[in-house]
Parts: sequence; C-alpha cells; structure tokens
Amino acid sequence: MNKTKKFFSVGPFTGPFRGWFVICLSLGALFMFPLISALLTSLKPSRMASQFPPDYIPKEVTLNNYERIFVPAKGGFLEYGAWHYTVNSLILAFGTVVGVSILATLAGYGFARFKFFGKSALFAFILLMFMIPFQALLVPLFRILANFGLTNSLLGVIFVYITYNLPLSVFIMRNSFAEIPSAFEEAAMIDGASVFRIFRTIMMPLALPGLISTALFAFFASWNEFFAATIFISTNGNYPLPVMLTLLQSSQRGEIDWGLMQAGVIYTILPCVLIFLVLQKYYIQGLIAGGLKG
Amino acid sequence: MSAIKSLTARSSYAGKKRFSLSGGFLFVLPAMIFVSMFFLWPLYSLIMMSFQDYPLLGDPTWIGLDNYKEAFTDDEFKGSFKITIIYTLIVTPLLFITGLGCALLIKGTSRISIFFRTIFFIPVVIGFGSAAFLWFWFINPDTGYLPQIMRDLGLGDMKESWTATMPLALIMVVLMVVWKFTAFQMIGFMTGLQAIPEEINESASLDGATGMKKLRFISLPLLRRTIGLLMVLSISGSLLAFDQFYIITAGRPEGQTQTIAFYLFRQAFLAFRLGYGAALSVILAVLLMIISLIQIKLSRMDTHE
Repeated sequence: MNKTKKFFSVGPFTGPFRGWFVICLSLGALFMFPLISALLTSLKPSRMASQFPPDYIPKEVTLNNYERIFVPAKGGFLEYGAWHYTVNSLILAFGTVVGVSILATLAGYGFARFKFFGKSALFAFILLMFMIPFQALLVPLFRILANFGLTNSLLGVIFVYITYNLPLSVFIMRNSFAEIPSAFEEAAMIDGASVFRIFRTIMMPLALPGLISTALFAFFASWNEFFAATIFISTNGNYPLPVMLTLLQSSQRGEIDWGLMQAGVIYTILPCVLIFLVLQKYYIQGLIAGGLKG
Repeated sequence: MSAIKSLTARSSYAGKKRFSLSGGFLFVLPAMIFVSMFFLWPLYSLIMMSFQDYPLLGDPTWIGLDNYKEAFTDDEFKGSFKITIIYTLIVTPLLFITGLGCALLIKGTSRISIFFRTIFFIPVVIGFGSAAFLWFWFINPDTGYLPQIMRDLGLGDMKESWTATMPLALIMVVLMVVWKFTAFQMIGFMTGLQAIPEEINESASLDGATGMKKLRFISLPLLRRTIGLLMVLSISGSLLAFDQFYIITAGRPEGQTQTIAFYLFRQAFLAFRLGYGAALSVILAVLLMIISLIQIKLSRMDTHE
C-alpha cells in the first residue's frame, strides 16, 4: 500500500497528471467492462454461465462454448458450425473490400485529376448517397435484386455493400490523390509515360495509405453489417456471422444458452478488435481524411 | 481521335488540366455503374413504388397518394415516429457531452493519451449487431453483469426485465449506444481541438481565461463545423436505428420501442406490403435529406464569414 502510494507520488505521477490518469483509467475500465465480462462468461461452463446470481470471475474455465459453436449439437440452434458462417462472412468481406478498393481508387483518381463533362453532376450523386443511406432503399433494392435472382445470395449483398461504401471511400481516395503534387505526373508525362503507367507506378504507391483506410472501412462495414443481411439473406446456410448470432439468441424451452451466445459474440468481434489494434493508424487517419475533415 | 490526342498533348504541356476529356470519365465509369444500378435506380423505383399497392406476388396497382394518407393516419407509424425522435433527441446531446469530454481528456499526443484513445475506441469497431447481442445478455436480470452490480451495490433486487417497461427499455438502448459511440465523437472532437492553433489558447491564458472559459469562448466557437458534422452523423444514425432495438428490446414493451426503420421492416418484409414500406422509406429519406441540407447550409454560412 505504502509502496504504491510512494510510486504514485513521485516522478510524473503527481499533481494534475495523477488525477487525469485516474480518470482515464476508470473510463477505460468502463469502456472495456462489457467486453471483458462477455469474454469471461463465454469461458464459463454452460451451466455456470446461466446460473443466478452470476459469478463475475468464472470458477471454472473451459473452451466448451467455443467447441459447441464450431461443432454444433444435432437438433440445436445452429445448422452448421461457426466455420461455415465465417466463410460466408469472409466471402462478403473479400468481395466488398476488393470491389470497393478498385472502384474507389479509379473514381478517386478520376475526380481528383481530370476535368470532364458531367463531373460535378456525378459527384453530386455521390454526395446524395451520404444523405440517403441504404436503409431507406431496402424495399426497392430487394425488388431489384430479385429481378436478377440475387436475393438470398452473397453476391447480391456484396453488390449492395460495395455501392454503399463508395461515397466514403471515393472521398478518401479523391483526397489522397489530390494531396499528391502534380509536378510528379508532369515530369513523368514529359518523359513519355502513359496515363495508366503514371497511375500505376507513381500515383498508387503515394495513395497507398488512403487505400488501406478504404479497405479497412469496407472490411468493417461488411463484417459488421446486420440489417441488410437479415433482409436479403433468407436461408440459414447463407447467414454471415452477425446473423448467425440471431440463432444463438433463440431459446430452447425458454432457456437461452448464455455462455454459447457470448462465445458467438466474442468470436464475431475478435477479428475487428485485432485488426483495429494492428492498423489503427490507418483507421483513424481515414476517418479524419474521409469524413471528419469535411 | 487524333484531335483528342493533340488536345491532350497541348493541355498537358500547358500544365493546366491534364489528360483528355474522356479519360477522367473512364476512371469514374465503373463506380458510376454501381451507383446507377444500386442507388439511382432503387431511388427512382422507391418513389414509384410508394404510389402503388405493391404485393410480393401478383401485379402492383397505382393508388396515388393512398400510402402516404395511410401513413399519416397510422397510429403505429406515428408511435414509431415519436419514439425515433425521442431517441434521437436523447442520444445526440448525450453523445455530444461524452464525446467532447473524452476528447478534452485525450487530445494530447503523448503515448499514454494515444493508449487511452485506443482503449476507448474499441467499442466503435465492433458491429452494431454484435454489440446489441452482447448488451442483450449484459442487462439480463438473471445472468447479466449489470443487474448483478446494481444488486451488489444494494440498489434493489433487479428481478424485473429491464426491457419490459418504459422508459427503462429505452434507457438500456441509449446506454449501449453511448458506450459504443462516444469514442467515435471523441475522435471527431479531438481532430477539431488539435486543429486550434496553440497561440490562440496561449494568448487567452495571458488574458486570464481559465479552462471552462477557454472552452466556452474559444474552443466551442472554433469547433462549430466539427460540431455540426458530428450532430448530423448522430441525428441521421439515430433516425435510422434498427439493430439495437430489433435485438435488445424487439419493440418491447408492446411496440413502444419500435423505431421507424423497425416498423418499415415489419410492413415491407414481414407483412410484405412493399408499396406502403416504400412510402414510409420516402418519408424517412426526406427527413434525412432535410437534416443534411440544413448542415450544408450552416457550414456554407460559416465559410462566407
């Protein structure tokens, strides 16, 4: 006790800094508490996770809940193991990230460096998408996807995700390209390089941080999206992970298997947390460059 | 063809606008195909559908403004409109306070500030759906940790379900959204605060301004644009709220927490009244556009000053 007190009263741990540190630490604990408590519950044996009153710290630690989402019991909530739903989520994420990266890079370059007929009208459409998000267009989107036989199809959902990630990503890419001094291209042009050569060898490497942000946002958006996936995907076998959680929420004989459900939640959010921790620099920069800077 | 080529060459060497007139369009074209197919066409289709009785099977019939007339006399829709507005009016100022508060704490660039920023931000990156499923458990009276903490603090036995009564059900959703979204607003405010030149703060200090005064008379006015943008993001996000209500309260008690998006979803995709769903969507879209236009107008006024 004395030692800690001493530690906190010497060096930088004095005065206003100590107060600030304590406040930040408590807030950090508040933000982390729901996540940590879900993690703890997912590690309890099924019976203990559903007992009243709950123990904060598991008396027994097991990975049984995770085993049961991967190898579900016959006749249980899950028709397939978590791996099946993970593959669906990965297909959605991969399709969206690749599609958005290509389309937004091209369009961002076009908007940043060229003057062409109808440019401002096309850019206005992109701005309009900021105002009217897909949630307001689900009804006709459902009908249009049905026209192409793309309801209950991952491809149909990928098309919707790509389109509605474009406004932010085109913005980010346009700003990334606009920040590159045009002297670079002019020099290359005089040396006789073609438009696509300049694009590939000069512009792309310089716009890479913006592209990483774009890809990150597309990944998070598709991995996390719930509303459109619930509506457009109708069979169990095509569910992505967030919709799989609906199955874990449904109760059997009025009892919800809470440990199983929280194992599903932790499994679904873990990739997001890890990717954010590794690439947060790009995430925050993209957030600032894309939207918050205006 | 060669005319275009010579035009290209000339303009590039003149060093003004580079490349050809058509080149830029080709770069933008692929994105525009997607925008036309999955935004402009649905937008047109939405408006058309809203004037029709549009069943899932069988032919639609043109019914003029009937869907809109129904919406304005539909008590369930009015109820969903009311709860959505109430939710928006609670969440927006609340996030403003928590977001700004956290931003003032971690606006520094020291490693320890960045560490705390990262910790605060983690709830933002997890999905809204997943966060709602987590919360559904977290506030459950039998096994959830939050009611258990309340019991341990001697605040009652917490036997009643927290989603069974109003306004408690709404408060639980608001709590989750504040937990999940505070750090997003924090980053927005932080960016704005860091952009304020240090000299302004210093000269204010020399004139004897203290923390609160500096915030009120210097930071907040300079943050006007940031505030406007964050407000719009929060308002439009709240007006579109679906996941958190669908999962945490499922509309309980008695449909009192059924938001516009939730009711729209039920009408269009459970009752399969696509035309009526389209009319409700148009109302929602108009609402969202008005708010964005107000923000654009306000930020334009700012730059003219």
